Amino acid sequence: MKSNLNIKQRFFKDRSIFVIVCVFSLLSSIPLIAILGEVFVKGISQFSLSFFTLPTPTAYKVLKAVEQGLPIPGGIANGIIGSMIMLLIASAVAIPLGILCGAYIADNSKQRFAKFVSYLTDLLQGTPSVIIGIITYIWIVIPMKTYSALAGSIALCIMMLPLIIRSTEETLRILPSSLKEAGLALGANKAKLMLKVQLPSAFGGIFTGILLAISRVIGETAPLMFTALGCSFIRLSLDKPISAVPLLIWEFFNDPYQQELIWGASLFLLTFVLTLNLLSKYLTRKWKK
Amino acid sequence: MEKINTILEFNKTCVSYTQQTMAVKYVTAQIEKNSITSIMGPSGCGKSTLLRAVNLMHKLYPNIRVEGEILLNGENILSMNPIEVRRNIGMVFQRPTPFPTMSIKENILSGFTLNSIRLDKYQKEEIVEQTLKSVSLWEEVKDVLNKKGTFLSGGQQQRLCIARALALKPQILLMDEPTSALDPIATKHIEDLLIELQKDVTILIVTHNMGQAKRISKHSMFMYLGEMVEYDLTENMFTNPKDERTKAYLTGQMG
Repeated sequence: MKSNLNIKQRFFKDRSIFVIVCVFSLLSSIPLIAILGEVFVKGISQFSLSFFTLPTPTAYKVLKAVEQGLPIPGGIANGIIGSMIMLLIASAVAIPLGILCGAYIADNSKQRFAKFVSYLTDLLQGTPSVIIGIITYIWIVIPMKTYSALAGSIALCIMMLPLIIRSTEETLRILPSSLKEAGLALGANKAKLMLKVQLPSAFGGIFTGILLAISRVIGETAPLMFTALGCSFIRLSLDKPISAVPLLIWEFFNDPYQQELIWGASLFLLTFVLTLNLLSKYLTRKWKK
Repeated sequence: MEKINTILEFNKTCVSYTQQTMAVKYVTAQIEKNSITSIMGPSGCGKSTLLRAVNLMHKLYPNIRVEGEILLNGENILSMNPIEVRRNIGMVFQRPTPFPTMSIKENILSGFTLNSIRLDKYQKEEIVEQTLKSVSLWEEVKDVLNKKGTFLSGGQQQRLCIARALALKPQILLMDEPTSALDPIATKHIEDLLIELQKDVTILIVTHNMGQAKRISKHSMFMYLGEMVEYDLTENMFTNPKDERTKAYLTGQMG
């Protein structure tokens, strides 16, 4: 009879721990749901064609609209275009560099230099973004004597690098060693093996890493404050200050008349990041099959 | 042992993973050309280690040391360039390892791609058809050559891997328990295939399966604790083992 009671007790314990775990996970997801809800409700009303095609309004236009009680005109096109330009340049440098570096570390994990680089990558990944911004300011903005899209791209590139290096390295490392041996047994050299067998096989993981790196830096504000600065109209040149969506949010916040635009810009950023995250999840699952 | 036409020769070959212990101890044996030779022994006896040394696979792991000589047509492969050695000595592994991103056709041609050997379209088609025919896979896959190799069944994948190794026309094919991950029917297919292939290529096969050694190989080697205990014609070894340990293994008292 005693053992029977014991089983009941164990069952009860199991159930209560299950309930506690559920309650806590619900609690921890409340902030996320609240943020998404708030941004969605406040931001969705601003989504219109002009929001995506027009640059931010000038102070004069804003004042006039406020006087007449009209909705504030303009959009965040300058920010979207600026973000995309900087992202494109940063990716163009960070992706090939990161993949090569990750491949080197994964393939020579016993070498002292590879360990050193791997350690530096960790360090870089943990560096606060504002410090990366300041460093880029000193390296690029001061010598060029101007804030520029180029400086912003470099700051973002530095932020993307460790993420891409890590994901490349980790994906390559979990490839079965039989794949490597099979390639070598056919007489391949290391470079060929990496290019033709290992990197293609790791493509899914590397691509996911790239998507996550992009979604990470698209929302970065601090490094862009010292480098890209911001700009109130659509600009395509690389050697002049340029706008970015997170920078716009900061600017709107400081302007009492443009507070509403914050929500539209935030919703845009959130949607972008969420889409990339979901896409990477979907692709990971698809490639695993 | 009778006089044979040697292609590969082990001369006091030793392999060690650490300073203190040797995984393979002073193996000396001659492998006959265009025949099947099997290496048997209980787990951990060093048979795979010995086989992998022939393909210089140990060079991947800096702590493994190989001493003595392994002679291919009289030339010591331990002092040759691994790439050159591996093109002459193919290898098939325990588990089928088709390259997952490549189609069946690309898998067959991967030996050429990986060695930067350019082929024209006609040569490619001919090599793919011939090698797939030689492993009797052609009829099964000729319509799906552009599908991924990983879509095939385990047995088919293993035959694809054999074909991939054969496409480079190696002199020797090393096989590390090639059928241990396969079902009996697929195993039978591969065994028939090996018997067929031995007229073109010398096969050195590590096997767990005594029956398999008996069915396909002309010579057999029995290894125990890194030592080569016995090396003889398969027929002699199975009917009249000279060493007590071989006898114990063959009668199932060890292993």
